[in-house]
Amino acid sequence: MRSPSAEFRATAELIFRSEHGRIIARLIRLSGSFDRAEEALQEGFAAALATWPAQGIPANPAAWITSVAYRKLIDSHRRSRVRRDKQIEFEYEILVAAADSAADDPPLFTFPDDRLRLIFTCCHPALNREAQVALTLRTLGGLTTAEIARAFLVPEPTLAQRLVRAKRKIQGARIPYQVPGADQIGARRAAVQEVIYLIFNEGYLATAGEALIRGELCDEAIRLARMLCEIDTPEPANLGLLALMLLHHSRREARIDDAGGLVTLEEQDRSRWDRAMIREGLDLVEQALRQGPPGPYLLQAAIAAVHAEAPTAAATDWRQIAALYGELAWLNPSPVVLLNRAVAIGLGEDLRRGLMLIEALSGLDNYHLYHAARADLLRRLDCRSAAAEAYRRALALVANQVERAFLERRLAAL
Amino acid sequence: MRYMFLVYSSEADMAAASPEDMLKLRAGHWAVLDETRKKGVFRAGEPLRPIATATTVRMRDGKPLILDGLFAETKEQLAGYYILDCANLDEAIEWAAKIPAACQGGEGCIEIRPIAEIPPR
Repeated sequence: MRSPSAEFRATAELIFRSEHGRIIARLIRLSGSFDRAEEALQEGFAAALATWPAQGIPANPAAWITSVAYRKLIDSHRRSRVRRDKQIEFEYEILVAAADSAADDPPLFTFPDDRLRLIFTCCHPALNREAQVALTLRTLGGLTTAEIARAFLVPEPTLAQRLVRAKRKIQGARIPYQVPGADQIGARRAAVQEVIYLIFNEGYLATAGEALIRGELCDEAIRLARMLCEIDTPEPANLGLLALMLLHHSRREARIDDAGGLVTLEEQDRSRWDRAMIREGLDLVEQALRQGPPGPYLLQAAIAAVHAEAPTAAATDWRQIAALYGELAWLNPSPVVLLNRAVAIGLGEDLRRGLMLIEALSGLDNYHLYHAARADLLRRLDCRSAAAEAYRRALALVANQVERAFLERRLAAL
Repeated sequence: MRYMFLVYSSEADMAAASPEDMLKLRAGHWAVLDETRKKGVFRAGEPLRPIATATTVRMRDGKPLILDGLFAETKEQLAGYYILDCANLDEAIEWAAKIPAACQGGEGCIEIRPIAEIPPR
């Protein structure tokens, strides 16, 4: 049994984690600096751990921590101003200076949500993709540097360095802390969605390493997408993104067998799918479809919804899926989308036609799933030696060990 | 904050450009010059003479080693610069998108560099 203090600590940490984004976003706004905001937040957390056990958890923990951190910010600003007397004032300190006069009455009863600014800054196109991902997980997700490093299989110093560089660029190049204007927001919102989807995919199908799914990354991406739906409304693409991730993640228990092996959609035990997650995903798809023409995330969510609604693999409406991939190809005619459409046509209409469409594709020769898809249709057509050859080519390209084991099983079963 | 906009384009492409393209290129620069001056953000901006006029000086054993040409051969070359006073990087990116970096069909790009303060003595 855990001691009461350990119990308390766990509760406090849960609160810190879920409120991290909101508090840090506010503190960055007030201090104009990621680093000073983080320092002040650490002090706020420490104060909470020291005070709460005796006084109880306050009604609005986020406001409590922010208010303490805010005072620390002002103190350290005063100290540094004295220390750096006669030195050039750092840029970006205007906000703290302005807030200084209102020090005794911090405006925290109305606690504005600055998370939307924060996510647009973290996913700014002037930062590279790795930096965007790391910053988003660190600030809005409240993950520690060690946790992010572990999830992306990079050494912790590398990840820490990445964060330092990104924060330096934000400060030095003055990447603004604001929601982009109407002419920019479309492109910038797409970048935010890409970052969140990348985090999900890294968790859903780990590109390297021994575990196929790193569930914590999927959960985190879903949490971020939920937040995005809450703070950036009305935006159907956000709903589509959340729906897509929920519908995929609903299969997590069924995707991996007891030995850690990959189970294909066709062979999955559908009773192990997470029904609550599916329900929520289907509702979101419906809700978003009512709001206008579907974008790529919503179309992919609609495809996942067709799978989710099929009671058995054999009852899958492959024609519907092929039509949705056709629409998706209209928006994004990438070879991978065309490959999926070809597979759906193969399974929904005619195996030979699907195979012909696959073989007409170019540019996928180094993509293991291209050869795996070809192998699968050949296997169904009972062309064993051609199927075996295609499985071998897929095996020569696959990086994930669990996917490799799946392909090896298939090859052996021919 | 002041940002420097380094305009890179391919001199070879420029040499091959049609008179109409060159007129368009100039008109593009004039539009940026006029607008940035009108908005009060213009600090400086000039084109550079062709790379054939470049000289590189490098200190070797305490003596200047003088070389004809650029210090590095690249596909695109520095062709000119602007210095504009912008509120933040987003505003700088908006201006960069308006600066012509190459004539029609040519490659080219704008590199944005924030200007640093001269450290105190």
